[in-house]
Amino acid sequence: MKNIAISARQISASIGNAHILRGIDLDLPAGRWTSVVGPNGAGKSTLLKALAGLLRHARAQGQVELLGRPLHAIPMRERARQLAWLGQNESTADDLPAYEVAMLGRLPHRPWMAPPSAADHAAVQQALRTTQAWEWHARALSELSGGERQRVLLARALAVQASVTLMDEPLANLDPPHQTDWMLAVRALVEQGGTVVSVLHEVSIALQADDMVIMAAGRVVHHGPCADAATHRALEQVFDHRIQVRQIDGAWIALPRMAAQATSSLID
Amino acid sequence: MNLHVPPSDTLAAAVEPAAPSPAPGSRRAALLATWLLSGTAVLLLLGASVGSTGWDSVLHMGSDPLAWQIVWDIRLPRTLGAWLAGALLGLAGAVAQGLFRNPLADPYLLGSASGAALGGAIAMAMLGVSPTTAGWLVRLGVVGMAFLGAAGAVLLTLMLAGGVQHTLRLLLAGVIVGVVLGAVRDLIQVAKPSILESMQVFTMGSSAFVGWQACALMAAGWALCAGTAWALSRLLDGLMLGEATAASLGLPLAPMRAGLVLALALATGLAVAHTGLIAFVGLAAPHLVRSIARVTHQWHVWLSSLMGAVLLLAADILARWVIAPQELPVGVLTAALGGSYLLWLMHRRTRGGGL
Repeated sequence: MKNIAISARQISASIGNAHILRGIDLDLPAGRWTSVVGPNGAGKSTLLKALAGLLRHARAQGQVELLGRPLHAIPMRERARQLAWLGQNESTADDLPAYEVAMLGRLPHRPWMAPPSAADHAAVQQALRTTQAWEWHARALSELSGGERQRVLLARALAVQASVTLMDEPLANLDPPHQTDWMLAVRALVEQGGTVVSVLHEVSIALQADDMVIMAAGRVVHHGPCADAATHRALEQVFDHRIQVRQIDGAWIALPRMAAQATSSLID
Repeated sequence: MNLHVPPSDTLAAAVEPAAPSPAPGSRRAALLATWLLSGTAVLLLLGASVGSTGWDSVLHMGSDPLAWQIVWDIRLPRTLGAWLAGALLGLAGAVAQGLFRNPLADPYLLGSASGAALGGAIAMAMLGVSPTTAGWLVRLGVVGMAFLGAAGAVLLTLMLAGGVQHTLRLLLAGVIVGVVLGAVRDLIQVAKPSILESMQVFTMGSSAFVGWQACALMAAGWALCAGTAWALSRLLDGLMLGEATAASLGLPLAPMRAGLVLALALATGLAVAHTGLIAFVGLAAPHLVRSIARVTHQWHVWLSSLMGAVLLLAADILARWVIAPQELPVGVLTAALGGSYLLWLMHRRTRGGGL
């Protein structure tokens, strides 16, 4: 039997009268990289927040288990050491040097009021080197470009050294070479036994994951290995057949489908 | 880039930790702290020497009992009082800016200073006293009411703004709360003209009525508030990464926030109850600190507090000296200086991408 990192049962969430998530059941295997994709407004970010126990401004129902234990029963600090979170466009830490920002990822490991230990410094340095952000560790976040900032924030999440890492659109502002670097970092994390769940808009990058969760209108419409033909069909369908999944050099990628082709595929 | 660090890198990592200083900002922070402390010492001396009777009083302190009284009973306590009030305001500003993730938050702009002034006015109207003659109990009563007023005003502002996310909405709500509470205060003055004179201290801001009792109370409150802010500084750090991330780091948001709001309200209440409405010190102090040393909040709250103290004491001495033997209310001076600073700040921010 597979090890389950996160298991969700009957997750529903609504803000006001709008239903964002409608009864989601999900088992995310440990030691694998799962990408979450779907059209805008499908509820991807909300689902990720619900899995992390961070849903605040919405009415949410359902149970989440992290590594076999109910999420709400795990003490906050312990949970923070097991589950790392990287949100999108949240940071206002403009005035702090990159090194200090990454060090914030060590808060769950540091006793109250204690200065960082040697292990904390080592973890931060390694994380910054992994995301190739070490070069500007002394510079303030406000002095960095969007992509450079994102790499520092990614290092912050890696510095937690959690067994499960959830990332909401981690590729925002990253240029193609650094998207590749991000992918390699995730691969390395998973090889070491880590679990990564990422919401991604870049479908071609998402296809490089082990598993894919495809969402639409607050529901999971498909969950399966990225290499499966069924996953590809579900992916094409959820994007209204405006994309097509093709294999190039052994990797699956999503290409835009031209209007003429789209019409013909709708006919047959 | 991979996680399996090659051998050469491991070596470098083992040798290097000494080379990149562990906390890049901490040396500048220590330097700034030294400057602020020595500035404090100089200003305290200067504060004891400046006054309507001139420098002579300090020189003749030993032989002339009147000079001794002037320096010991009037100049020293008000000098120390200005320092303490500034320390409280600087601290309140640092906490407000961190807590509301808003670089323009300060006790004045959030309306909490007006709330504190209203609380103080209500206390004085009910107790029928002026802050000059008050005893311990009455003083505590005024401070208590100012604290309640400050806390209430912050909550009101947050409610009106519907949260802290929107910078301009928060500031607008703060201005509205400030104006409305100020109007209520005016009403109380009209109903109770006997407090008119003591209310002038409140509305203009002055250190002239600070005695040793007030100093002791402010010092104790400052220790409490600064200690609280220091102990909860992790939340302020975590919040810089956003609310969700702060929660994901295992920080209990609700209780820590409540603790910080209370510290903010107490610091504001204490300062306003003794020196009245003094604008912009709470806004400018954290900004100045950030422009010199970029450090985590564990240091930032102390440095901002010291910076506020030095700023207000310097302004107070200037206010006493500019038109000596008469003096300006220090609140008028900080409003003029601080207003220009805020304008410059807004100009710079708008050019750099807007508020």
